[in-house]
Amino acid sequence: MPEPMPQVRDAIEIELEHHQQATRDVPDRPERAVLEVDNVNVYYGDYLAVRNVSVDFGHNEITALIGPSGCGKSTILRSLNRMNDLIVGARVEGPIRYWGQDMYAPGIDPIEVRRRIGMVFQKPNPFPKSIYDNIAYGPRVTGMSVASMDDHVEQALTKAALWDEVKDKLKQSAYGLSGGQQQRLCIARTIAVQPDVILMDEPCASLDPIATLRIEELMAELRDQYTIIIVTHNMQQAARVADRTAFFTAAIDPDTGERHGELVEYDKTTKIFESPADSRTEGYISGRFG
Amino acid sequence: MSLYTPAASGADARRAVLSTSGRSKEQTPQSVLFIVLLWLSLLIGFVTLAVLLVDTFADGLSRLDGRLFTGYPSSRAEEAGARPAILGSLWVVGTTAVLAVPLGVAAAVHLEEFADRKRWWNRLVEINISNLSAVPAIIYGMLALGALALIGVQQKNIVIGGAIALAMLILPVIIISTREAVRAVPRELRDGSLAIGATPLQTTWRITLPAALPGIATGTILGLSRALGEAAPLLLLGGLVFLRFDPNGMLSQFTTMPIQIFSWTAQPQAEFHTLAAGASMLLMALVLLMNGAAIYIRNRYQKRW
Repeated sequence: MPEPMPQVRDAIEIELEHHQQATRDVPDRPERAVLEVDNVNVYYGDYLAVRNVSVDFGHNEITALIGPSGCGKSTILRSLNRMNDLIVGARVEGPIRYWGQDMYAPGIDPIEVRRRIGMVFQKPNPFPKSIYDNIAYGPRVTGMSVASMDDHVEQALTKAALWDEVKDKLKQSAYGLSGGQQQRLCIARTIAVQPDVILMDEPCASLDPIATLRIEELMAELRDQYTIIIVTHNMQQAARVADRTAFFTAAIDPDTGERHGELVEYDKTTKIFESPADSRTEGYISGRFG
Repeated sequence: MSLYTPAASGADARRAVLSTSGRSKEQTPQSVLFIVLLWLSLLIGFVTLAVLLVDTFADGLSRLDGRLFTGYPSSRAEEAGARPAILGSLWVVGTTAVLAVPLGVAAAVHLEEFADRKRWWNRLVEINISNLSAVPAIIYGMLALGALALIGVQQKNIVIGGAIALAMLILPVIIISTREAVRAVPRELRDGSLAIGATPLQTTWRITLPAALPGIATGTILGLSRALGEAAPLLLLGGLVFLRFDPNGMLSQFTTMPIQIFSWTAQPQAEFHTLAAGASMLLMALVLLMNGAAIYIRNRYQKRW
């Protein structure tokens, strides 16, 4: 039998390693909640997009939000750092607490919320600047005092497992990087402002499988220092990387006939994938709908 | 009629599916006629322009010389030149740029990035900017005249007065093209900036505007090249004067190239008509150069997101 191509073998090894990481023991309930979503409704104008969601996100854990399209998982994710404020007509009802403090309370600056709770998007979106300036942008605009910007940039890139690939071309445009490298650059850019939580909205949706595995590997490495909340359409990905998984679905209100997103089940990933409590979760996991 | 399938047709399985008669529906008489008409329209436009250019060039070539650049207007055609008009054009267009570019870019950025579309006044401004670009140039001249009278300026034919009229004239061009350039910057770039704790203002200054700069530059140059060729509002301000000195400041009297050409063509002597043709060539070359620069910038720095 011929040897598999080195790249493929790498990928398989990475995946196996991941699986071991993902099955680490986590307590039944998050011990320290960074973010508490407490009976939250999200509206777009008059339309109730997501209703009655309650979930606690544990510190230094990776939580996956899964579910079919239109179930409100991205809406909830964007509510967690007030990115929804930027959408005209979007409104969050009910407290979302960050270390116990309601981030939607009057007087809270959404700019500060976003500095502490960063976000990585579906499509890599590096700025049309050099690799170096992409990383330095955050510290500069937020007025962070860093002893040496060069060291700071190096640290962020190292944490995002990108330093070795880009250290010789820091002054070159970020657009010269591959899609996977660009996405890791965006993660490094987020890390550079030293956030507490990193939100990821389908970060691997536009990446090939190898690049996807590298991001997942990176997430496992970042877990010790950051809390990660990831929206994904890929159930295998949730199973591979997440400590806990929240399953959302869209339900039709019998009175109004409108579709609203809602949280069906939230538990340890092993529980969700091996013995889900709700039949809808089981149906989705086993591929019967969604 | 059922679909053709090789299996259903048995022995005939290898018959060609596509007709091989060689007649294409692209070549019916109507479509040929249509193409001919299109070419004809193009030809009429192009030939007219070419004849005009060649004719002007042939007329003006003998006076497209050094004296055109260095000489002052004179009653003797062989001594006359367009020096004050060339410098006047540069002064007026330069001042126009200083007035119109910051205003236009700021207005566009406000409308595109900060204005609340739900407010009626923002929608009113938006609708009226498109209308403004259709207002006849001479109206802007009257407006500038009124503005100068209002602040009590006696001498109307001054650089700043002309620049105010031309700035108002090209503001809609700059605003519209800047808005388009700003709108073309993908939402994701702004989101990326906001998501790491940048303020909307920082995002606009450091991400959106730099990314939109090539589009803004293109629109601005096109606007300024229009200002360069404009005569009507300046005539109204009294730009048709006989100047024998170089304009030297915002409050200096001035004349511009289009006005100089206009005044020379009104002379009875043929020599002045030659002079006018020469100056026209120069003006045309300048405008073409600016438009060429705009196209170059657009193509060179155009970003594909």
